[in-house]
Amino acid sequence: MAKIKFNKETYLRWFELMMLIRRFEEKSAQLYGQQKIRGFCHLCIGQEAVIAGTMSAITKDDNIITAYRDHGHALACGLSANSVMAELFGKETGCTKGKGGSMHMFSKEHNFFGGHGIVGGQIPLGAGIALAEQYNGTDNICVCFLGDGAVRQGALHETFNMAMLWNLPVVFVCENNEYAMGTSVERTTNVLDIYKIGAAYDMPSEQVDGMSCEAVHESMEKAVARARKGDGPTFLEIKTYRYRGHSMSDPAKYRTKEELETYKNLDPIEQVRKTLISKKWATAKALEEMEERIENEVAESVEFAENSPYPDASELYEDVYVGDYPYLTE
Amino acid sequence: MKTVQFREALREAMEEEMRQDERVFLMGEEVAEYNGAYKVSQGMLDEFGAKRVIDTPIAELGFAGIAVGAAMNGLRPIVEFMTFNFSLVAIDQVINSAAKMNSMSGGHFTCPMVFRGPTGSAGQLGAQHSQNFENWYANTPGLKVVVPSNPADAKGLLKSSIRDENPVIFMESEQMYGLKGDIPEGEYTIPIGLADVVQQGEDVTIVSFGKMMRIVEGADKALREKGINAEIIDLRTVRPIDYDTLIRSVQKTNRMVVVEEAWPLASISSELAFMVQKRAFDHLDAPVVRVTSRDVPLPYAPTLVDAYLPSVQRIVEAVDQVTYRG
Ligand SMILES: Cc1ncc(C[n+]2csc(CCOP(=O)(O)OP(=O)(O)O)c2C)c(N)n1
Ligand SMILES: [Mg+2]
Repeated sequence: MAKIKFNKETYLRWFELMMLIRRFEEKSAQLYGQQKIRGFCHLCIGQEAVIAGTMSAITKDDNIITAYRDHGHALACGLSANSVMAELFGKETGCTKGKGGSMHMFSKEHNFFGGHGIVGGQIPLGAGIALAEQYNGTDNICVCFLGDGAVRQGALHETFNMAMLWNLPVVFVCENNEYAMGTSVERTTNVLDIYKIGAAYDMPSEQVDGMSCEAVHESMEKAVARARKGDGPTFLEIKTYRYRGHSMSDPAKYRTKEELETYKNLDPIEQVRKTLISKKWATAKALEEMEERIENEVAESVEFAENSPYPDASELYEDVYVGDYPYLTE
Repeated sequence: MKTVQFREALREAMEEEMRQDERVFLMGEEVAEYNGAYKVSQGMLDEFGAKRVIDTPIAELGFAGIAVGAAMNGLRPIVEFMTFNFSLVAIDQVINSAAKMNSMSGGHFTCPMVFRGPTGSAGQLGAQHSQNFENWYANTPGLKVVVPSNPADAKGLLKSSIRDENPVIFMESEQMYGLKGDIPEGEYTIPIGLADVVQQGEDVTIVSFGKMMRIVEGADKALREKGINAEIIDLRTVRPIDYDTLIRSVQKTNRMVVVEEAWPLASISSELAFMVQKRAFDHLDAPVVRVTSRDVPLPYAPTLVDAYLPSVQRIVEAVDQVTYRG
């Protein structure tokens, strides 16, 4: 079954999406160095397969919510490179009008419920988004992403219990990249296999190879089917790795070069490239051309962001309340 | 005197207190092996070991509560919040446990402990990472709230906070950790609850605390050029508040401008204005004016950050207003 499903189109789609995210993030790093992008900026280079394998297993009507490492998720949900890049620049044309910045991308149109900055804060929200779908009798689900560090928040445990109790159509995805800032998973817990904590709530849980789009898709597809059928939540621990530091200011001295190289050798983009070529679904040249197109798209997004205006100071008072509000001005 | 960074002053305070009191220990995210998210605790793991410099998971509610329990049972924890934005996850244990344990237990249990970390905005960090809760904590009986503005005060006040028998909220700033200043060579403390009259003046009292003192310094330069001689008060502590020093100053200058980074409603500035009108009503020649952050969440874009924060220009305008020069 699975073999047939992963056809040429699927692989091409994975390649294209992951390459877009990779090139977009690399460009973001460069622009951060040039101080065009400010504040906290977290890149997901290395973790692209988690997003790609998820997107091929859900539909446009499903919902996504995640933490602050959110550029890739935003692009995957269909936000344009222009609107994400302009947001990183803090421009009026950004997806949140320059208000959110790197950590807070949102798009209602794309069912992207955002990037959230307080570790674990999005976990109950993800279950709540699922509750609304259940309440309205749709068969849409919510995929709620979280980090390995976020698993340590009480909010996760309260939410897991209620999500099971109420059978909510949600898939919790722990993007286990082995570190929360400089702290490795084993320094924060005795339960090294994070997926096992799902057992405490009787939640179906699984550990997944996050460098493989195929593996992510297969687990996600099962989880999504379960949620859609009304059989409740799933917890996926997806083992992945971030090639860069936690944020732009982290020299990442807490891990070895060898560890990093081990993961780079499993690079999901290169794996998909190899499959496409070996199955003769694409030539190396065709993939390079696709890469070039993507690089142009990213370059254009930078130009778009550069040429966009900053929001006017009066925007401070927009979008804070629905309706008029008598702000204190002195 | 010697010149140190703000972060070094904090570190010296913790190290000195930990050397002389075995009960004192530090816990928080990334404080040990990573040497602190902002390098405040650099080297402390090496000196004191993992028993007394403890890395925690990202579990603020849990470790804040664990620290409260340890304090109830005889230890003197210092809890570092990576920033006070994240203290909201833990605020139940701070307010419902630490702040009222003494009262609720009829004096059986006290919580001698410090919750410390940076407060406020620090560039373009967006709405969830740029908040000031000094007034939230200051509203709570049972707590003391210290917000130092320079390395010398930071060290002396942190030592007093660690020695205090009550829970103390100690609020720093990412943007001040690198700030250099002179501090005394030897051992010293500064009592909690005393304001500092940083500069004597006659024309207006400008009162502030924490990082905003830097903006006040900038405004003072501009005011001098205009021939205005401001008396500048650094509150240093916002619970308790040194009202006497403030009232004495206003009785002299007859005018007050408050500068505060928090939002305006129910803020420290509201409180100061209330007490000044109550105790120095007859001395006021103008209504009290305040400069606070705008009454909205802080967005990311630089233009909006500029429009949001207290600035030199807004302080100068406020002084113009209370001196009727506007
Ligand atoms: C409640 C809270 N505490 C601390 C922080 C500071 N912080 C931001 S990201 C982070 C690490 C999170 O790691 P993880 O959940 O593994 O996600 P990753 O960054 O690896 O994607 C920390 C401690 C925060 N944002 N929120
Ligand atoms: Mg992580």
